[in-house]
Amino acid sequence: MTITHFDAVLLFSLFASIVFGITQRSEPRMMIRFGVFCFGLFVLGTVAASWLMWLVKH
Amino acid sequence: MMTTEMANTVQVPARAAGRSSSMALLVLIAGWLVPGAGHFLLGKWVRGVLLFASLVLMFSVGLALHGKIYSPNTGDLLDILNFAGDLGSGLLYVVAKMFDLGAAAVVTVSADYGTKFMVVAGLLNVIAAVDAHSLATGRKAS
Repeated sequence: MTITHFDAVLLFSLFASIVFGITQRSEPRMMIRFGVFCFGLFVLGTVAASWLMWLVKH
Repeated sequence: MMTTEMANTVQVPARAAGRSSSMALLVLIAGWLVPGAGHFLLGKWVRGVLLFASLVLMFSVGLALHGKIYSPNTGDLLDILNFAGDLGSGLLYVVAKMFDLGAAAVVTVSADYGTKFMVVAGLLNVIAAVDAHSLATGRKAS
């Protein structure tokens, strides 16, 4: 099995966000909100860090 | 006297919400051995299924990417830390080790991702097991 870097980011973010959402909040509605927030933060944070590394290199 | 009565009255709901310490310990160990099992024991079926699916899939993707399964006694500090992460997966780690799944060494970039997937799956499983324990003791409301 081979996946792209972005696929790996999406999969990692999805799995980690589900666990964070369930374990860090008490109410189902807040679990979903926190899970979505974590997913967005993971993905956007990775993209931002990638651009930062690109800028450092160039 | 009155103060003691008031204190007892206040403590009752907290005790009623929690379960016995042996039950809480059982939930913690079950949650560590099998992802989501602690939540199953507490009747939190949806959470248990989501945790089980997420953590088993994460570990399986790691294996499919030819990630490395760490051993306990290599002597390298980073290997020991990664082993501790792997061990968090409970029976998943035991099965992977028993059937010699995973790679002996990381040779590709995707294999490095796979290794991290498995280590993080173990660490997340520990968080899930502790969450189930908190629900059992009443420390977490619901």
